[in-house]
Amino acid sequence: MGMTFKQILDSGKFVVTAEIAPPKGTDLEKMNHHIELLKDKVDALNVTDHQSSVMRFPSLGGCLAVKERGGEPILQMTCRDRNQIALQSDLLFAYTRGIKNVLCLTGDAMTVGDHKQARGIFELDSVQLLRAIDFLEECKDLGGNDLVGGATFCKGAIVTPEADPWEPQSYKFEKKVDAGAEFFQTQAVYDMDNLTRFMDYARRFPVKILAGIVLLTSARMAKYMTDNVPGIFVPQDLIAQLNSVPKGGGLQKGIEIAGRMIAVLKQDSICDGVHIMAINREEVVPEILKAAGLNGHVD
Amino acid sequence: MKTITRPKPYEEILQQLEFCNRVFIVGCGTCATVLQTGGIEQVLELKVKLQESGFLVTGWTVIPTACDEMTVASAGEHEGAIQGASGILTLSCALGAQRLSFYLDKPVLPGLDTLFIGLEEHPGYFMEACDQCGQCILGYTAGICPITACHKGLVNGPCGGTNKGKCEVDSERDCAFTLIYNRLKEQERLDLMKHYHPPRNAQVAPRPRIIILEQKEIEQWV
Repeated sequence: MGMTFKQILDSGKFVVTAEIAPPKGTDLEKMNHHIELLKDKVDALNVTDHQSSVMRFPSLGGCLAVKERGGEPILQMTCRDRNQIALQSDLLFAYTRGIKNVLCLTGDAMTVGDHKQARGIFELDSVQLLRAIDFLEECKDLGGNDLVGGATFCKGAIVTPEADPWEPQSYKFEKKVDAGAEFFQTQAVYDMDNLTRFMDYARRFPVKILAGIVLLTSARMAKYMTDNVPGIFVPQDLIAQLNSVPKGGGLQKGIEIAGRMIAVLKQDSICDGVHIMAINREEVVPEILKAAGLNGHVD
Repeated sequence: MKTITRPKPYEEILQQLEFCNRVFIVGCGTCATVLQTGGIEQVLELKVKLQESGFLVTGWTVIPTACDEMTVASAGEHEGAIQGASGILTLSCALGAQRLSFYLDKPVLPGLDTLFIGLEEHPGYFMEACDQCGQCILGYTAGICPITACHKGLVNGPCGGTNKGKCEVDSERDCAFTLIYNRLKEQERLDLMKHYHPPRNAQVAPRPRIIILEQKEIEQWV
């Protein structure tokens, strides 16, 4: 067994994480294939939690599958679907099964997903969830009761470096730092100047920053993201590069762009690592790593 | 304060009235009149519509404030017509409908859905302003309630869905935390943005919520 994710973060090496999504249903074949493909090539694998408010197989189940295959899972945990009893209980279970990394998220709005009639819970927010984990570490729950055996986690959170406006987001970021977040995985950033500016600010805090890399697969997708996804800005020259390739070549260009960005981030020590989100294209993550000049395997 | 209501679809009103053919209609002269959901005009429109659907409308009234205790006296003035009906259809908020159903032994059927307690920010624009959580934090948030103004009811800052100061759920809606930030900045109280809000107590007044005033408090009002 190699190092834990926490040890890797502390080691100072350039950290690489990637994300996989559980299926909508019980056919786990594709997810398990992605786990097998990536578990030894990245330092940890995030498993999304009903991403975009779409009901799926649970993150916890996906993390168990990562663990069973010898990988290092990061449990994504949103506050949208569970009250504080359910959140704490899932954390206790995760801990007993060796899942020791948690990414605390607010969660997308219910209205963007496929259960638009469902109630969004949001009884805790991401800052409160980070703090709730401290209670478990002290063998207490949020009701102030004693636990027979507590749980410790490596705690992560997210940040949107290009949020508009930035200032309210920065206060939230600092609250997450105060709440004990040890690492941040950022929303996708494509503009290196913007990321560098964010890092100049973030370096003041004792946290590791993994820059979010969302694989672009076509000019259309890049344009859609920049126009519609809050906090994502794809520079015009990247869209032009994607536009310049013959039909069907977008994916390959996207892999090249992602690889080049990762290489620059690592070489110039701009941030502490990257978090690769190859949404629906998880199988090309090894190619991205290769394009980035990373050996693509974890020691 | 206004209770914001919206008419139920006519088909749903007909479904509720399936068991009866004699109806008395009650409107409300306060919020539902302002909202144009239960004023005289809407009551008369519904009366005609029901008659066209074959119902016998035994009478109608618009009670000044359907939720208050004077409702009993107002309804009393129409006792004959109410007794002649087999169902009472209310074009008031759910408070008015419940006030009537405490008092009448006839089935009371809501013709409106009650959406929220709102403020009329400017004429014709009603916004939800209070979720009655029982733990007011307006003192920390520049008088803007994030529990209602934020789609997710967050209290510790914006989510990642802020888009040019708007909410990702609705690009017409301001992000609560952009508003709060801007106003705190104007007030030179930005330190409050750092204030950590612990989880709210969802049982601060367990349901059903009831407050009983002491006798001497009641006497002060009488």
